[in-house]
Amino acid sequence: MSPRKQTAGAKTPVGPVRTVEPGHIFQMYRKMLEIRECEDQLNTAFSKNLFPGYIHSYLGQEACAVGVCSALRDDDYIVTTHRGRGHYLAKGMALTPMICEMFGKANGICGGRGGEMHAADPALGILGGNGIVGGGIPYATGAAYSAVLNGSDQVAVAFFGEGASNQGSFHEAMNLAAAWNLPLLFVCENNLYAEMTPFSASSRQVDVARRAEGYGIPGEVVDGNDVLAVYAAAEAAVARARSGAGPTLLELKTYRYGGHFQGDPCHYRTREEEAEWRARDPLIRLHAHILSQNLSSESELDSWREDQKAQVAAAIEVALSSPDPDPNEALSFVYAS
Amino acid sequence: MTMKNYCWALIDAINEEMARDPDVFLAGEDVAAAGGAFGGSRGLLAAHGPLRVRDTPISEEVIVGLGVGAAMTGKRPIVEIMFMDFFGLCMDQIVNQAAKMHYLYQGAFKMPMVIRTMTAVEMGIGPHHSQSLEAWVGHVPGLKVVMPSTPRDAKGLMKSAIRDDNPVVFIENLALHKIKEDIEDEEFLIPLGKADIKRAGRDVTVVATGLMVHKALAAAEILSQEGIEIEVIDPRTISPLDVDTIVASVRKTNRALVVTSAHKPFGLASEVAAQIMDHAFYDLDVPVARLTPPFTPQPFGKGFEAFLHPDKASIVAAVRELMA
Ligand SMILES: Cc1ncc(C[n+]2csc(CCOP(=O)(O)OP(=O)(O)O)c2C)c(N)n1
Repeated sequence: MSPRKQTAGAKTPVGPVRTVEPGHIFQMYRKMLEIRECEDQLNTAFSKNLFPGYIHSYLGQEACAVGVCSALRDDDYIVTTHRGRGHYLAKGMALTPMICEMFGKANGICGGRGGEMHAADPALGILGGNGIVGGGIPYATGAAYSAVLNGSDQVAVAFFGEGASNQGSFHEAMNLAAAWNLPLLFVCENNLYAEMTPFSASSRQVDVARRAEGYGIPGEVVDGNDVLAVYAAAEAAVARARSGAGPTLLELKTYRYGGHFQGDPCHYRTREEEAEWRARDPLIRLHAHILSQNLSSESELDSWREDQKAQVAAAIEVALSSPDPDPNEALSFVYAS
Repeated sequence: MTMKNYCWALIDAINEEMARDPDVFLAGEDVAAAGGAFGGSRGLLAAHGPLRVRDTPISEEVIVGLGVGAAMTGKRPIVEIMFMDFFGLCMDQIVNQAAKMHYLYQGAFKMPMVIRTMTAVEMGIGPHHSQSLEAWVGHVPGLKVVMPSTPRDAKGLMKSAIRDDNPVVFIENLALHKIKEDIEDEEFLIPLGKADIKRAGRDVTVVATGLMVHKALAAAEILSQEGIEIEVIDPRTISPLDVDTIVASVRKTNRALVVTSAHKPFGLASEVAAQIMDHAFYDLDVPVARLTPPFTPQPFGKGFEAFLHPDKASIVAAVRELMA
């Protein structure tokens, strides 16, 4: 079956003409570089069998996490998925403990309990990843409701894939958030495939954003490979939520370069389609934008890449030389005392 | 002292805790405007307002999810799942999310939430409203499971459950909603994980939960007239189970019967029997007996429940057999 071609969003190099401070653009670019380097080097390490488990790569989707999280404050909440590294980093999680967790090490952010699909940091509002597709969306409502009860203007974001949008949990949460007018953003990263299944085979309506209509809330399709477009959409949705106008569903059309997991042969999609999406690479587009606007120089951007490369390499080195957890630790923290 | 029924004792507990701690809130189907599908939250909306006592859509997964996220971010939610039979719709949030959050993130998140639910066993409402499914949750590390049998226990345990920093599944018993008891007016708590000896006796230890506690106590009257004194223990908390109290009793009586509304396979009755084997095998004169409904769904028609469930007569018979 040849996968149905889906809307990719604007072909323009980078999104809507609006003024974003160059400093903010640089931060986004550096964050995207950090995620890109992290995913690249983890793939390499994984293919050398340097750590166990799976790796659900975020390569190609960097603009989604970075665009949305750039519109958030530290005290806003995010809930993510099995493919969450981009979100963790974009929300400010430190690289080294996150990578050590992937390696299952004692100094990983979960002490080696979580592995690839789990990480959290309450101080940064990062409320965890998930091994259950759609498992995080319901509890994002609770974080948003805490903000309501506290009378604060914090918002919560639930990140999930288009596959998860077929779970009941998504629909229940959308409906409750809409009925209760919760400060909650539903951010669907539609990378076109859930494992090996194209979305067109599991949903008649291939624009997840259209589902918002059924719940009476705004829904918007955004070019998920255009970080400035994602940022603009997220900023508007966050502003609505903070002002008490309730939830929004954003659908970010994007693509994962790797397979569902590292080693997936990707027989379910064409090499042409992959090449098309590579041509819309979110980093290349922002890079081009920065240069075309004379915001920075090629050599400076290169130096940032080298810098991120070195930081990721150093974090992997730390992970490789870190101790495994003490197995006795498995018995602790079952209950809070 | 004031005479209270089981249902009002629970309302009092929640009301007191909500007054004491502004982080406590209650959400569920028909808990607010209606005061509870079975009257279990009457007056709370008026007392604590619409943000803290809130009706939800009929969406069990997100009801529990609401509690999970609120607990992670500093609240002490009570989320209500009207009947325990509906747990099939929210088990992911209970088992994979609520129960594992503290463990997975090494205590970075406390999970102070109560999942208030109900068993309507022997209330004649058929296969989807009559199950005693405490084993489903008792099997999961990270959860506490409470199942009170008296108004006073219900109140004291609910208050402790609300103050506990772990997810607590609180199973109330609809068949007991109207039973009454004198309860002290002063504040009190009953700790989770502590069994109660409902009647002391020397001959047979009878461990019973929920409705079965009352049937066991009725059986005790009959047996007493025959000179058989049973010791009736209500674990009150299914998980963590107070093994010590049960084992101490068996060491004294040397005989044990476990009576539950739940099935035998993989259930509480089997767990208690195994614990007794582990800790008091050489004190036993006879093997531990289990008395439970047979392994069938609960049919609706009149007569089925009486046929399937343990009652005073079958408890008396089981005890006599242990004494034979
Ligand atoms: C409840 C559940 N069902 C199935 C799976 C197996 N699974 C893991 S990821 C995945 C695909 C998810 O697709 P999507 O939500 O679009 O996210 P993506 O992987 O594309 O980021 C599946 C089916 C799971 N982990 N949990």
